[in-house]
Amino acid sequence: MTTATFRIWRGEHNAGAFADFDANVVDGMVVLDVVHQIQAEQAGDLACRWNCKAGKCGSCSAEINGKPRLMCMTRLSDLDLARPVTIEPMRAFPHIRDLVTDVSWNYGVKQRITPFTPRAPDAPDGTWRMQQRDVDRVQEFRKCIECFLCQDVCHVLRDHQRHDTFIGPRFLVYAAALEMHPLDTADRIEELREADGIGYCNITKCCTTVCPEGITITDNAIIPLKERVVDRYYDPLAALVRLVRGSPRAE
Amino acid sequence: MAEVETFTHDVLVIGAGGAGLRAAIEAAARGARVGMVTKSLLGKAHTVMAEGGVAAALANVDDRDNWRVHFADTMRGGQYLNNWRMAELHAREAPDRVRELEAWGAVFDRTADGRILQRNFGGHRYPRLAHVGDRTGLEMIRTLQDHAIHRGIDVHMEVTIVTLLTDGRRVTGAFAYDRERGRFKLFEARAVVLATGGVGRAFSVTSNSWEYTGDGLALAYRAGAALQDMEFVQFHPTGMVWPPSVKGLLVTEGVRGEGGVLRNSEGRRFMFDDIPENYRSQTADNPDEGWRYVQGDKSARRPPELLTRDHVARCIMREVRAGRGSPHGGVYLDIAWIKEKIPNAADHIKKKLPSMYHQFKQLADIDITKEAMEIGPTTHYMMGGIRVDGDTQMTTVDGLFAAGECAAGLHGANRLGGNSLSDLLVFGKRAGEHAAAFAAQHQPARIDPAAVEAASGTALAPFGRSGGEQPYQVQHELQGMMQQLVGIVRREDDLRDALDRLGALRERSEAVSVPGNREYNPGWHTALDLPNLLTVSEAIARAALERRESRGGHFRDDYPEKDPAAAGYNILVSRGADGTMQLTRQPVPPVPVELQQIIEEQKS
Ligand SMILES: Cc1cc2nc3c(=O)[nH]c(=O)nc-3n(C[C@H](O)[C@H](O)[C@H](O)COP(=O)(O)OP(=O)(O)OC[C@H]3O[C@@H](n4cnc5c(N)ncnc54)[C@H](O)[C@@H]3O)c2cc1C
Ligand code: SF4
Ligand code: SF4
Ligand code: FES
Repeated sequence: MTTATFRIWRGEHNAGAFADFDANVVDGMVVLDVVHQIQAEQAGDLACRWNCKAGKCGSCSAEINGKPRLMCMTRLSDLDLARPVTIEPMRAFPHIRDLVTDVSWNYGVKQRITPFTPRAPDAPDGTWRMQQRDVDRVQEFRKCIECFLCQDVCHVLRDHQRHDTFIGPRFLVYAAALEMHPLDTADRIEELREADGIGYCNITKCCTTVCPEGITITDNAIIPLKERVVDRYYDPLAALVRLVRGSPRAE
Repeated sequence: MAEVETFTHDVLVIGAGGAGLRAAIEAAARGARVGMVTKSLLGKAHTVMAEGGVAAALANVDDRDNWRVHFADTMRGGQYLNNWRMAELHAREAPDRVRELEAWGAVFDRTADGRILQRNFGGHRYPRLAHVGDRTGLEMIRTLQDHAIHRGIDVHMEVTIVTLLTDGRRVTGAFAYDRERGRFKLFEARAVVLATGGVGRAFSVTSNSWEYTGDGLALAYRAGAALQDMEFVQFHPTGMVWPPSVKGLLVTEGVRGEGGVLRNSEGRRFMFDDIPENYRSQTADNPDEGWRYVQGDKSARRPPELLTRDHVARCIMREVRAGRGSPHGGVYLDIAWIKEKIPNAADHIKKKLPSMYHQFKQLADIDITKEAMEIGPTTHYMMGGIRVDGDTQMTTVDGLFAAGECAAGLHGANRLGGNSLSDLLVFGKRAGEHAAAFAAQHQPARIDPAAVEAASGTALAPFGRSGGEQPYQVQHELQGMMQQLVGIVRREDDLRDALDRLGALRERSEAVSVPGNREYNPGWHTALDLPNLLTVSEAIARAALERRESRGGHFRDDYPEKDPAAAGYNILVSRGADGTMQLTRQPVPPVPVELQQIIEEQKS
C-alpha cells in the first residue's frame, strides 16, 4: 500500500479551486475507486457521476492529468503517482459542481437529427435481411457510450464554443450510424452541411484519440460524411448528373 | 412549506432503463401525456450494462425453437414458482418485441442468411439470445432512447423519487428531488409505472450500480403494495474476483455460450460432476459433445456449464469450499482453450466477446484469448419484487404499475439469462399500455399537501442533524452484513442475526448527518437511499427465514433439499396496519391444462 496525492477540482459553477487529498492506494485500483474512497472518508459531498464502473455507461468522464478519460477505466498503475494526480471536470460543458458538468446540450442536439427511417421490410413476415459485413460498419458507431469525451476535446466546442452551429464528433458518429444503416432511407446531407456544421471539423483527430470505445471517429465516420456533402454540393460532375436525372440524391 | 415545483402528467414512468423507456413509448403512443424520471442521465440505466443478449424464440438459428419451448424452459428454470401467465405472455410476445427494435433501428448480429443471429445461454434449450457482440443492453437502451426522444415524452433526468403519494387506495403522484440543485419536485399523475430496477447494492459483491438500491420496491411497499418472492436473489456464477476494485463486475454468460469452460485449481472441469436429474437428458455427458453443441451441432446436448445460474453458482461454491479454488477465492473460466479447436481463436474471441476482452485487458491485465479468467459468484439480479397482475402489470395499489426487474413473477425462483431484457420489452409495453388506459378512465386525484410537507421534511432531515455518522458507513456495513448473513448460503441463526442487525442499522441510518448543501451532494443522496436498502434487505431476510427449503436462487444450508410442500406457494411481504412487515404464503395459481401439457411435453 502506498499513499498518493489526488488534486481534485472542487467548487460550483466554475468558481472553484483544486483541493489535495492524500489517499492510500492498493494494487488494481482505478481513479474512480480513489474518488469513492475520498467521498466515503474525507469529503462526503464530493460530486461525481458514475454507474457501471466498467466502461459501459459513459457517466464517469473527467480530465485526468489533463487528458479526457473515463475514471473507471484509468488504472492508477498507468499514472505517475510520485506527482499529484489531477482530476478535473470536462471543460467544454458548463460546470455544475466538483467533477460534474451540465451535458444536457448533447441531448438536445440528438433530438434535432432526422431520426431512423427504415425501408419497407424485405420479407413477408415484416423482417429485414442484412449481411454481417454490412452491419459491421454501423456497429462500430453504435458502440458509442455517450461519454462525450470526444465533444470535450474537440477544439470547435472547447475553444471556439460553437455549440450553436456544430454538433460535435459524437453526433457526427451518430449521423454516420444512421446514414450508413443498411435499412435507413432518410437523407441527412443537407442538415449535416447546414445545421450540423460538419464544415467546422478540420480533421485534427483529437476526438478519435480520446474515444474509450476505440471508434475511428474521423476516418470512418466524419471523412465519409464530408465526402457525401462534398459530392452533393461541390462536385460539378455530380451536380450535372443530378440536373440531368432530376434526382435529389447524389449517388 | 418548502418550495416545490409541480408537474402534471397522465402517466408518470419512474425509471428510464429498458422497462421504463418501453413503457413510456407505449403510453405516449396511446395518447397519454407522459413524464419519465430517472436518477441518472438518459441512457445510463442498468440496461446499458447488459451484455449477453435478449431471449426470444425467433427460431432463426434452430427451427425447433418456438414459444412453447421458451415457456417450458422459463417455468423449469423458475422451478414452477413463476406466474404462469407472465411466462406465457413473455414467451409468446418476446419475438415481436425484438423485431420491433429492429424496426426502430437496432442492429443485431446476423445469421449467414441475413436474419437476427441467436446464441446459447444457460437453461435455454436452443440458441435463443439475439445479441450484438456482448453489448446487447447498450444496443437496446440506445434504440429505445433514440426512439423515445421523438415521442413527446417529458424526461426529467437526474431526478429521484423519494415518496409515492396516494389517497389511501389509489396512487396520485410522486415526490422527488433533483440532483443538480437539490430542489423538490411534485409529480401529479393519474397512473404511475415503476421501472426502477433491482436491489444489488444491498450486498457488497455485486454487478449492480449505485442506483440499485431497491427504490421502486420500497416506494411500492410503503404505498401499500405487496412484494413477492423476495428470498430469490440471483447470484450470477461469474463475476470478476480480482483485482479487489473490480470484485463483482460481471463476466457475461456469453463466455460460456461461446464455449468457455469452468475449471478448478486442479485443472478439473468440475461441472460434469453434478448434473441435476431434471436436466440430465438434455445435458452432454462428455466434453466433446458439449463442444459440438456450442458449435451448433443439433444432435449434441448442451455442456453442463450452461446449466442454470443457481446450479452453476453452487457448484463453484462447492469447489471453493473444498479448497479447490483459485488464489483469489474463485475458480477459472477458460475461453482461451478453444484455440485447440478452431484456427484464429483469438480473433474469434475478440469478435464475439469484445467488451469482455477489453474489460480483462484493461482492468486485470489479462488477455482472455491466452489465459483463463478468475471468477466467482456475484449478486446480480432480483427475481423477487413488486407483485403485479400478469396481464396488466398493475400492483395491488390502484393506478400503480410495475415492470422490469422491480416487478416479480416472470422468473419464479431463478431467472434464465436473457430473460430479463425480453421481460423489459414485453412487460414494459404492457405496463405502458395499461397505465395509459387507466389514466384515460380516471380523473386526477387530489394530492394531500400535508403528505408533501412531510416528505420534504423527511428528505431534509439529514442536514438538520449534526455529529451523526456518514451515510456511507452505514451503507457499507449493511452491504457486508447482507453478503455474509443473507448471501449465497443462508442459515436460520444467521438470518435472525441479520434481522437484529438491521434494526440497529436502521437506528443508525436515522441519525446520519451529511455535510455540504443540497446541490449535487452524493452524501445526501446516499442518506436518502438508505431507508430503501434497509426495507428491501429486511424483506429478503424475512422471506428467506420463512422459506425452509432450498430452491432456485435461495439456498438454505440447514434445509438443503427442496420441500415439495413449499413448491406450491409464493411468499408475500406487505406492510401491516402497525407498520411492521407481514408475511403471507400465497398459493401459486394452478397452471391451466394446455400449458401443463406443454411443460410435460418439453420434459423429455
Ligand atoms: C452487468 C449486467 C449484465 C447483464 N446482462 C444481461 C443479459 O445479457 N441479458 C439479460 O436479459 N439481462 C441482463 N442483465 C439484467 C438486466 O440488465 C437488468 O435486469 C435490466 O436491465 C433491468 O432493467 P430495468 O428497466 O428494469 O431497470 P434499469 O435499466 O436498471 O433502470 C432503472 C431505472 O430506474 C431509475 N430509478 C431507480 N430508482 C429511482 C428513483 N427512486 N427515482 C427515479 N428513478 C429511479 C434509474 O435511474 C434507472 O433509470 C444484466 C445485468 C447486469 C448488471
Ligand atoms: S477531428 Fe473534427 S470533430 Fe474531431 S476533434 Fe478535430 S475538429 Fe473536432
Ligand atoms: S464517440 Fe467515443 S468519445 Fe465520443 S461519446 Fe462516443 S464513446 Fe465517447
Ligand atoms: S462508470 Fe460507467 S463508464 Fe465509468
